[in-house]
Amino acid sequence: MTCTDFLATMTDYFDGETDAELLSEIRAHLDSCEHCEILVNTTRQTIQIYRDHQVYEFTAEVREHTISSIMHRCGLRKTA
Amino acid sequence: MPVLEQTGTEEIHPDIALVERARAGDAEAFETLVRQYDRPIFRVAQHITQNREDAEDIVQDVFLKAYRKLEQFQGNSKFSTWLTRIAVNESLMRLRKRKTSRTVSMDQDVQTEEGSIPRDFADWTPDPEQQYNQSELGEILQKTIAGLSPGFRTVFTLRDIEHLSTEETANALGLSVPAVKSRLLRARLQLRERLSRYLKRKDGSIKP
Ligand SMILES: [Zn+2]
Repeated sequence: MTCTDFLATMTDYFDGETDAELLSEIRAHLDSCEHCEILVNTTRQTIQIYRDHQVYEFTAEVREHTISSIMHRCGLRKTA
Repeated sequence: MPVLEQTGTEEIHPDIALVERARAGDAEAFETLVRQYDRPIFRVAQHITQNREDAEDIVQDVFLKAYRKLEQFQGNSKFSTWLTRIAVNESLMRLRKRKTSRTVSMDQDVQTEEGSIPRDFADWTPDPEQQYNQSELGEILQKTIAGLSPGFRTVFTLRDIEHLSTEETANALGLSVPAVKSRLLRARLQLRERLSRYLKRKDGSIKP
């Protein structure tokens, strides 16, 4: 398996959607290729860091105002 | 009132009952749905538009639209996926109006090969929190994801942040499964490459 071959399977590898044969080829490649090993680790870190950090905040105050406006605009609540 | 169809023998999702009640004008049921999904809708809208005020407006517009179109919800996709699809469309429409982005359609931004080939193979610092404080890191993350095209940002947000499956993402975006997979790969690689500038080990070494 070349690095390009690995790249083509990376999404399925991350999603656990590779069959056993392909998975062992991938593992063999990752064992022998430091670049792809780092690629996998840093890509996992990329995903994790975005999951862990809320980039934007929907504050409680804004949220309650938003929900109350929604209910009002839908005609489901009399007072906004 | 049309009866919602159930697919196969799967268990009935609790949302279906709430939708039925909301259709009958039950305010409490609709508010439960709103409170269940307003935060993910906000995140999706903000990631696509990169604008907090727009995202706040979009949350309102999405639920208003959903309430008005509740009769059209067929129940053959999840209610959350159906809402997400409305949110993506509203967000892209907002972007188009603002014209702040070069490409705002889900299928206009795939021509670029940028970031498809990884170049930076330096290992990262094991603990970014020690290198940057919360607000610095937040700024870096926001700047980095803002640099992706809307289509890539959207796929990354739905799959990797909101945990939608590939099929649900395809459904919400009106894309094929292979298209979602290829965009997700490029989005992840581009984000990784951009974050590498900030998070790679300063000593340049590869292994600890
Ligand atoms: Zn390799």
